[in-house]
Amino acid sequence: MKQSLFTILDNTPLTGSVLRLRLQGDTSAIARPGQFVNIRLEGRFLRRPISVCDVEGDVLTLIYKVVGGGTEQLRAMLPGERLDLLTGLGNGFDLSSAGKNPLLIGGGVGTTPMYWLAKQLLSAGHSVTAVLGFNTADEIFYDEMFRALGAKVILATVDGSRGIKGFVTDAMAGLDYSCFYACGPEPMLRAVWRTARGPGQLSFEARMGCGFGACMGCSCRTITGSKRICREGPVLTKEEIRWDD
Amino acid sequence: MGRLSVNLCGVELDNPVIPASGTFGYGYEFAEWYDINVLGTFSCKGTTLRPRFGNDTPRIAEAPTGMINAVGLQNPGVERVIAEELPRLKGVFRKPIIANVSGFSVEEYAAVCQMLDREPQVGWLEVNISCPNVHGGGMSFGTDPAQAAAVTRAVKAVTTKPVIMKLSPNVTDIVAVAKACEEAGADGISLINTLMAMRIDLKTRRPVLANTTGGLSGPAVFPVALRMVWQVARAVSVPVIGLGGVSSAEDVIEMMLAGAAAVEIGAANLVEPCICRDIIAALPEVMDRYGIRNLRDIIGGANT
Repeated sequence: MKQSLFTILDNTPLTGSVLRLRLQGDTSAIARPGQFVNIRLEGRFLRRPISVCDVEGDVLTLIYKVVGGGTEQLRAMLPGERLDLLTGLGNGFDLSSAGKNPLLIGGGVGTTPMYWLAKQLLSAGHSVTAVLGFNTADEIFYDEMFRALGAKVILATVDGSRGIKGFVTDAMAGLDYSCFYACGPEPMLRAVWRTARGPGQLSFEARMGCGFGACMGCSCRTITGSKRICREGPVLTKEEIRWDD
Repeated sequence: MGRLSVNLCGVELDNPVIPASGTFGYGYEFAEWYDINVLGTFSCKGTTLRPRFGNDTPRIAEAPTGMINAVGLQNPGVERVIAEELPRLKGVFRKPIIANVSGFSVEEYAAVCQMLDREPQVGWLEVNISCPNVHGGGMSFGTDPAQAAAVTRAVKAVTTKPVIMKLSPNVTDIVAVAKACEEAGADGISLINTLMAMRIDLKTRRPVLANTTGGLSGPAVFPVALRMVWQVARAVSVPVIGLGGVSSAEDVIEMMLAGAAAVEIGAANLVEPCICRDIIAALPEVMDRYGIRNLRDIIGGANT
């Protein structure tokens, strides 16, 4: 974990409400795909946790969706402006159990952490398939980026405007994979957890206080006891997840 | 004795800066950010007799210059705190800590304090009679002077360590509660815990917090906390720990002028993990700016 200032290189819209933010700074604390950073914004008391999309040297790529006042403020920021980040937060994905042909499942902005994961798995010689789900065709981003890495990409849209009509679970039917990695809204994670075969890792979102394990604001119950999404998560294994309902 | 040193219930602290309970875990998370031995001491996560998972999530909401939490005293229970958390802490913190204790009955408070009394790492007991986020306990003891006194007496009977009663601001007359604690034998008073608060999501029209209400902390509450510290410090003769929204060296000095012998820092730790270290480092220069030779000389020094 590290606290440092990053300089904005660019802050570019990918869709109507999703932007890509590229930052330059000390990325040395970021160890694994699936980790996140926590961003301080002027005039906002709590930091905003955002998952890491990619790291190349001292350039950190984040992708965020504008969902409220804080992210709206982030959207207005310009190249050259600086941001105070806590980096290297959360456990991230375990790549050692990927097997020969892992399946990556991303829903909406949940697609974000899958990019660096795909990149690392492909460079380690794994054959990667990415199932990316969105509501509509005009919400799709980064599919070409995944293809450019050498991943096989299967798109699904809820309204059928592009790719398979339906949810990521519809697009997963019949696929062969050694294990799966998933990130997306909780209803998607539930559906994936129910239907996906074999071992898997799922990344969760939570309303956080600190982002580094101090406040117990994001605790969840698992088979192996209470865990903090920000610290022992955000990635949980399929086996340890317990849905409370 | 350094310029920053203060005395808390007979024990010398290197400085008055104390991370507040619930914002600092059992310390070791912060040892990854900085050497926590620079602190005066710190107050550990509120500990209860039995393990508690706490409230449902969401437990956190934002507020203008602050935050609202309804964690609900999540902790592993006193037995595991003694068996696991304290030994682990020993590796990163050399000084005695403040053990923060919560309960759901007078007997429970006493039982937890009795167990912690045997631990040499515990320098003080801070008894939380002010948690707004649990039902049937916590704050209900802190809103009635007679009940606050009953908890104080029960705890004092089982420990030789200094007992600091942590008070709730969610009362009509906080001075009455403070005085009741002092008369019952409290060695110190800390205040304020969080102010009961709430947010509603405009889209869903439902409370943001799963617990509906929570406790407000952060800079938003600082002036309220300061006023209450001032009122209580004038009314009691035991040391007062001031807390509530403190986020800078200037805030520390202001709290001490209001009557605080030491100062706890809470919510600020959650957004600036190194803030206590930075405040301690900034204090000498800020003291120079205001002509303060020794911090211990300014306690209660406001010209009112």
